[in-house]
Amino acid sequence: MVANNKSDRTAILNAIRQHEVSDVELPDLNADWIEYDSPLEQFVQSLESVGGRVVRLESLDQLGQELEKLDSFATAKVRCSLVAGQGSPTFELNQVDDPHDLEDIDFALLSAELGVAENGAVWMTDDGVRHRAVFFIAQHLGVLLSASQIVSNLHQAYQRLESSTAFGLFMSGPSKTADIEQSLVIGAHGARSLTLFLLP
Amino acid sequence: MHAIEHAKEAKEFIESRGRATWHDSALWFVRAKRDKAAQSLPEWEILRETASQIKQHTASRLADYLEKFEANATRLGATVHWAATADEHNRIVMEILQKHGAKKVVKSKSMLTEECHLNPDLEAAGIEVVDTDLGERIVQLRQEPPSHIVLPAIHIKKAEVGEVFHQHLGTDAGADDPDYLTEAARQHLREKFCAADAGITGVNFAVAETGEFVVCTNEGNADLGTSLPPVHIACMGIEKLIPRQKDLGVFLRLLARSATGQPITTYSSHFRGPRSGCELHIILVDNGRSSILGREDFRRSLNCIRCGACMNTCPVYRRSGGHSYGTTVPGPIGSILAPARDPGQHHSLPFACSLCGSCTDVCPVKIDLHHQLLTMRGEVKKAGHLPALKRWGMWAMGIVLRRNWLYGFLGSVGRKLLPLIPRPLIYNRMNMWGRQRELPQTPAKSFRQLYRERYGRK
Repeated sequence: MVANNKSDRTAILNAIRQHEVSDVELPDLNADWIEYDSPLEQFVQSLESVGGRVVRLESLDQLGQELEKLDSFATAKVRCSLVAGQGSPTFELNQVDDPHDLEDIDFALLSAELGVAENGAVWMTDDGVRHRAVFFIAQHLGVLLSASQIVSNLHQAYQRLESSTAFGLFMSGPSKTADIEQSLVIGAHGARSLTLFLLP
Repeated sequence: MHAIEHAKEAKEFIESRGRATWHDSALWFVRAKRDKAAQSLPEWEILRETASQIKQHTASRLADYLEKFEANATRLGATVHWAATADEHNRIVMEILQKHGAKKVVKSKSMLTEECHLNPDLEAAGIEVVDTDLGERIVQLRQEPPSHIVLPAIHIKKAEVGEVFHQHLGTDAGADDPDYLTEAARQHLREKFCAADAGITGVNFAVAETGEFVVCTNEGNADLGTSLPPVHIACMGIEKLIPRQKDLGVFLRLLARSATGQPITTYSSHFRGPRSGCELHIILVDNGRSSILGREDFRRSLNCIRCGACMNTCPVYRRSGGHSYGTTVPGPIGSILAPARDPGQHHSLPFACSLCGSCTDVCPVKIDLHHQLLTMRGEVKKAGHLPALKRWGMWAMGIVLRRNWLYGFLGSVGRKLLPLIPRPLIYNRMNMWGRQRELPQTPAKSFRQLYRERYGRK
């Protein structure tokens, strides 16, 4: 970008290389990490402890009626769905060019690849999602996850991730803050609520 | 700039006894949550040890990993910049913003940009910078720096937040309900997110083998701030690097548990190149880090993942408040990093410590904090920055403590004389210890005498 930048690069790398730093071996990560008797039950417990809600489905057919029971869904004017054929969308995410158009989304239905029992996080990527803003800008979120995709801990989760997308995230419950006198408030900048729909 | 004296800076904070006690217990509450989270994992100590090894390994070949990261991030479509100093960092940020004609910038919490004093530089150039983390926004509106690296507004009471929001955001006068105030901030900051021309974030971890980096927040501010505007600038210290993607599993498990006692932050976003049609810039900043790398005694301070656990547990930090340190990073870790960079200005910080070692016990990456603090005191002395009174006092103590007979003699004299000396001669300016405390009553016999009486000569 500028000539100066190149010299900073050389200067930093040289400054580092002039130091003899004793070698420490890179550890393998094969310790006995925690495994839960029931990753599913632990996942539900973890997610509820971080402010999420879990709804168990027997099949995908039930999703529609369970969604209707949610106030945040039933009263939503603008709905967006990343699950084909579900969530009665009023807004087609991949049809808009400008992510600012997502501003008014009241409810977004998302789909997660993976759940992590130890912390209630789900892994989602922007694979086929034109605007990643949807994960954060929607007022309320519904997330679909299959119970068979729940692992005990983060190490297992990373073993299964493929880093081929431009964006991926672990999301654990709705957005929150405790910046005012340590009082927990749900709904900081991101979703005000997160309901996880669990398929068997 | 004149040197910072921690004790002097802390004076005002301590004088409001109610506030100091309140601050102390607020942080202890966070520390207790951390303990509970750590104890929930039987492998906690293995995790700490593993994290420490990963960081030390990375430090041992940092230049190679930085080059690898640069190559991989570039392959993903990011533009990588290098900044040896804070000024250079700010200049690069400015140049990117000016190239895009950006006038409004949203920034998510980044201690690095605080360290580089980026905001004043941007504001001077007519660019509006809005800190979007709620705590950071509160302190920004109050025109003060954060007092903690994870809980920037931990020193502020909700009524004071209410006041500043009333003034700037138009909330009801006297309103201090956290739900109400947070909702007001949400509305206010949504406008800022939607109007921003560019987003600036820090970086929690950058992965050499993939070129990706991870940003962790609870509020989602880093994410909203980078998923709307066309430009994302990520600023990172060169020590944020880790070798492999799977190493993230270790650090993400430790970070939030150590910081706030949560099992993980709400959002852990993995950025792998720009959004389609947008730009992603990564600035690698040295600003004194490579020189710390060269000092064996302090090298491991570069392991730090900025969780804040050492602050939450520190008896001095909890009672003196973050601002008393006069540095971007306060507390035990800041008391190493700041004097390592500029001993002349920050020489008092390693003495703001009782050497209790609690920081070392809670550090998720096993930095030997209290050992480094002790070593740093020696460095301060060697560099000639000790105040005269402390220098003379230590010199005299050194003479006495090295001589068994003199110690015994002065002890016996002291026991007899102290009760007779008029008070003003003991409690005066020279006796800093006695300012808020009474000396203990002098015992009739010394420990040695008692021991001899009980167990004989041997």
